[in-house]
Amino acid sequence: MSQFWALSVRAIREALRVPEQLLPTVFIPLFFLVVNVGQAARIFPSGETGFLMGQNYAAFQVPSALLLAASFGGAAQYLVEEIEGGYFDKLRATPVSRTAIVLGRLTAEGAKTFALAALIVLFALPFGISVASGVLGFLLLLTLTAMWAMVFSGFMQLIALKTRSAAATQSGSLIFFPLLFLTPNFVPRELLTRPMEIAATYNPVTYIMEAMRAFILEEQVWGKIGRGFAVVVVAGALMVALNVRTIRAYD
Amino acid sequence: MALAVEAEQLVKRFTGRAGTVDAVRGVDLSVAEGEVFGFLGPNGAGKSTTVRMLTTLTTITSGTARVAGLDVSADPDGVRRAIGVALQEAGLDPRQTGRELLVLQCRLFGSSPTDAAARAQELLELVDLVEAADRLIKGYSGGMKRRLDLASALVHRPQVLFLDEPTTGLDPASRLTVWDEMRRINAEGTTVFLTTQYLEEADQLCSRLAIIDDGVIVREGTPSELKAELRRKRSLDHDPTLDDVFLDATGRTRERVAGQVQEVTG
Repeated sequence: MSQFWALSVRAIREALRVPEQLLPTVFIPLFFLVVNVGQAARIFPSGETGFLMGQNYAAFQVPSALLLAASFGGAAQYLVEEIEGGYFDKLRATPVSRTAIVLGRLTAEGAKTFALAALIVLFALPFGISVASGVLGFLLLLTLTAMWAMVFSGFMQLIALKTRSAAATQSGSLIFFPLLFLTPNFVPRELLTRPMEIAATYNPVTYIMEAMRAFILEEQVWGKIGRGFAVVVVAGALMVALNVRTIRAYD
Repeated sequence: MALAVEAEQLVKRFTGRAGTVDAVRGVDLSVAEGEVFGFLGPNGAGKSTTVRMLTTLTTITSGTARVAGLDVSADPDGVRRAIGVALQEAGLDPRQTGRELLVLQCRLFGSSPTDAAARAQELLELVDLVEAADRLIKGYSGGMKRRLDLASALVHRPQVLFLDEPTTGLDPASRLTVWDEMRRINAEGTTVFLTTQYLEEADQLCSRLAIIDDGVIVREGTPSELKAELRRKRSLDHDPTLDDVFLDATGRTRERVAGQVQEVTG
């Protein structure tokens, strides 16, 4: 446990020392929030659009901004640098648990995203949104965002460990596009065209997005929320297991 | 005589798209406790691969290895607790300070935060990095990085210290500092397993050495034994140097061409 904690603290310190990596994580999602709302808000007026539950279109778009922010993790890039620079071998030559090596970075990524997601929601408040599920819902919203950041970073770390290449790891992040856009990004699932609806139904990110929307637009709807958390827990456990196995077999 | 490192028929085979390469082909090694053992060889001979197997960083294809009395394949964590490792590239995290790196390394070996801070300070004093301790490592010179890397390999007072080309790229003054440090560490009872391309370094520091070429050990003994053997073999009327032993063992000859020394495979 102390090893895991020491590695997490190191990874958080590292993230704070590279502010140029943190800034896009806040500003790019906010930029897309402003653009998307600016383009589509008049199509979905709050009073006449049932799926907005009385809020405006910005409230519907905040989950997309949060998921975008959660996909900007730097953990995999730092890991590739460590592999190339030899520090990763230094870590592997210590008796530290391989799970602590994986979870140290992922936990730091989760903590960082939790804070940045809070900032994004705060910045979004002037758009007139509110979190219908209250303070508990707000905290759970941030937690879900942080957990998705850990899952996505786990996937990226896996590419880094397999390829040991910065370019390949960077390319791997492209999976973010189908994951984020084959979802009910602009309208609820039932309003999508049939092919998009099928794609969204098979995309696990859909359920995270719907859980996030449930926190913002509705009071606690535990069915949707539960599905969102189930996706990140299962995907997270899978990513940690695959990362640990890859480090154990690393040659 | 207790052995700090023992290997029997150690083999490492890499399989890739281009085919199969046997980087190490049946290496036998015995290093006694308290020795400074030199492991020499040309580039690509299998030195680093052997060290990576002995330090648990690379799996062993076949054969057995024991370090500090522990089987490398069966008890890798036990081996990791017993060894210190400073690899060819000074493996340091550039975004940490020297002090942070040493404290973290202590914590990974199970020290409490208080003990880790005290040990880090002790090591910083030892390698003369107290003034730079709270600066980011990315601003350190090559010599400072090597000294810090060496310090990080010592946090848990290892029984066996593996140093893979620890002075490559260092200026003469920094090299001498690292040599002094190696002698001091060895005098305290730590076995040192040193790979180097500098034969003078091996001559100065090592009580015994082995030369590896193309994945197999081609010479083994004390520096004076190896020189005497070559002198007898070639009926020389002068004492050969360790360079001569190395060139003879690896089948390379020296030819002067246009004022430059070239190595030519013989």
